[in-house]
Amino acid sequence: MANFFTRTCGRVHGRTRLHWTDWVSYAYLVAGLVVMFGPVLWLVMSSFKTESALSQFPPSFLPYSQKMVVVAGHDQPLPLYRVKDEQGQTHEWAQVRRIGIMATMVDPLQPQTELKVNINDRQPVNELKFASGNYTELFGKFSFGTYLWNSVFITVVATLITLLFNSMAAFALSKYRFTGQKTVFVLIIATLMIPPTIILVPAFLVISSVGLLNSLWGVILPAVATPTGVFLLRQYMLTIPDELLEAARMDNASEWRIYWKIILPLAAPAMAVLAIFSFMWRWNDFLWPLIVLSKSEKFTLQLALNAFQGELNTQWNYLLAMTVITLIPITVVFAFLQKYITTGIASAGVK
Amino acid sequence: MATLQLSNVVKSFDKITIIQGINLTVSDGEFVVFVGPSGCGKSTLLRIISGLETATSGDIHIDGQRVNDVSAAHRGCSMVFQSYALYPHMTVYDNMAFGLENLGVPKSVIATKVQAAAKLLQLEQLQQRKPTQLSGGQRQRVAIGRSIVREPKLFLFDEPLSNLDAELRVSMRAEIRDLHSRLGATMIYVTHDQVEAMTMADKIVVLRDGHIEQVGTPLDLYNQPCNQFVAGFIGSPRMNFVPASQMPGAKAGAHSVGIRPEHAQLADDGPLQMTVSMVEQLGSTSILHGHVVPEAPFELILSGQTTIRRGDTVKVSAPPDHLHYFDPNGLRL
Repeated sequence: MANFFTRTCGRVHGRTRLHWTDWVSYAYLVAGLVVMFGPVLWLVMSSFKTESALSQFPPSFLPYSQKMVVVAGHDQPLPLYRVKDEQGQTHEWAQVRRIGIMATMVDPLQPQTELKVNINDRQPVNELKFASGNYTELFGKFSFGTYLWNSVFITVVATLITLLFNSMAAFALSKYRFTGQKTVFVLIIATLMIPPTIILVPAFLVISSVGLLNSLWGVILPAVATPTGVFLLRQYMLTIPDELLEAARMDNASEWRIYWKIILPLAAPAMAVLAIFSFMWRWNDFLWPLIVLSKSEKFTLQLALNAFQGELNTQWNYLLAMTVITLIPITVVFAFLQKYITTGIASAGVK
Repeated sequence: MATLQLSNVVKSFDKITIIQGINLTVSDGEFVVFVGPSGCGKSTLLRIISGLETATSGDIHIDGQRVNDVSAAHRGCSMVFQSYALYPHMTVYDNMAFGLENLGVPKSVIATKVQAAAKLLQLEQLQQRKPTQLSGGQRQRVAIGRSIVREPKLFLFDEPLSNLDAELRVSMRAEIRDLHSRLGATMIYVTHDQVEAMTMADKIVVLRDGHIEQVGTPLDLYNQPCNQFVAGFIGSPRMNFVPASQMPGAKAGAHSVGIRPEHAQLADDGPLQMTVSMVEQLGSTSILHGHVVPEAPFELILSGQTTIRRGDTVKVSAPPDHLHYFDPNGLRL
């Protein structure tokens, strides 16, 4: 890593100091980092803020919230303020109640004497506090588990079926010679030119007439065969030598076994790429589930997020926490499979 | 262990005919080599026998049974490919076991057979390696091992040694010959290298442009080539052809006379006059390159070393019983 960062233009030309191009590069990269990563980081930080901290102005980056103290004689913890008295001295007092612009406060050290303070003379005492309740309360408050399960089910099942069907189509298109092969391929590719919004209504009519409305399968099935996937896998499979298939045929392998034991393992890098894409498409999919699923127990996470916002008052703290949870699977999948994306795309693109 | 019979086999792609009516019989236990220049159809013929390609017309009989409509898997042939075609994601063991697994052979039987093949080919230590971790010669042996575990009727080799370096090729040549004598199986071997053909074959089939030019034992082909093409193809360096007019005492009707470089001799009273254009000194032998008439290049092998230099003119003769005469159509007289 250190070696990577110090492999600068200045170093290469035998100087120890950074060349001006290095400064420009670093500035550009840091700017990129801030632009790309800043909002995500802000989102994560905000998801740990309490509802009141979220509405605070000016907003803070870290999740601060007002310090609460337990004062003898009071059941609830009281919010702590820094108060400036007439002598100009500051005290940390807890507020008992507030009427208009006057607050009744108490010194935690002398709980018997109550003091009246103008609210303009006090500042809340903040402390860094991660409101993990945003996350833990989610599970009880909404049927979060159901949404998560729906999303996971749709994503995983759809990805598996997509991989299976697309790779079978790609195998046929890349390794068999039959009349109309080119036509079929061109037809499949041609569907890339049709925007999904155009087929939204026909697809809805089909799904509704086969009775898959409000069913997770109604979300899964329509987009199982993707032209992008077929194309990606076909291009990759073209690079697998035909001699391997011939050898397998001489080895008494059935065509299914050739596909299952030879083609699939060898197409693994391209399959990984498609798996990632499919995972992302399905996880982030919003429009199609919104149309097919109208009962809240069938909602995916994305629909549930939307439903949060639809209510009269948006509970931003929960919404943000949920958004963070929705991001996690994609991040994990990317972290583990990212090396396949680069190698897969690179090698699928060569031929 | 099987016989193979090809009758009038023709293969054409669209309008181009690659194989033009081949008739051939291979008897049980024979080692047959198909040899010919590139594009002569020898690999295609092998693929037709294996079942990977279909014949346009004609019949293929294996063990007396017509197999034209039998799939590659059920013909009982095994093939070693030029690129070895090892499954890159499987270990050596799995590569060899794959064919048997497909046949539903019990695991214990597979293990014994693969062990036996591995032992025969000295692959025992490498069974858990992947093909990419093997050298060329080892890969070649795995490919052969894969074909012998299934105990096929017919072994087919498609230029299996062409990816190896010269030294390894010589030793693998011997290994394959050795394997043939141990297994006693019928083998068909395709190569474009006439040295391989000469050293390995029981029977050589010389092909050109989809025709069989000549079938015979290596020495038959060397001693009695039936036409000018076979004469030029078999033997290294290739046979010299001299116009019959330059050769006193040539057979009547002969158009050209063939003299092998190893039979030509330097002689003061020789009938041919050769202008030397290049001398290759190999230590034990020397090869003179030149020509007797401008359009007829001539090569001559001398044993030992020589002082003849470029530009010299030498007289050449050849023993009459080592001369080959060809008519204007190139056929042997």
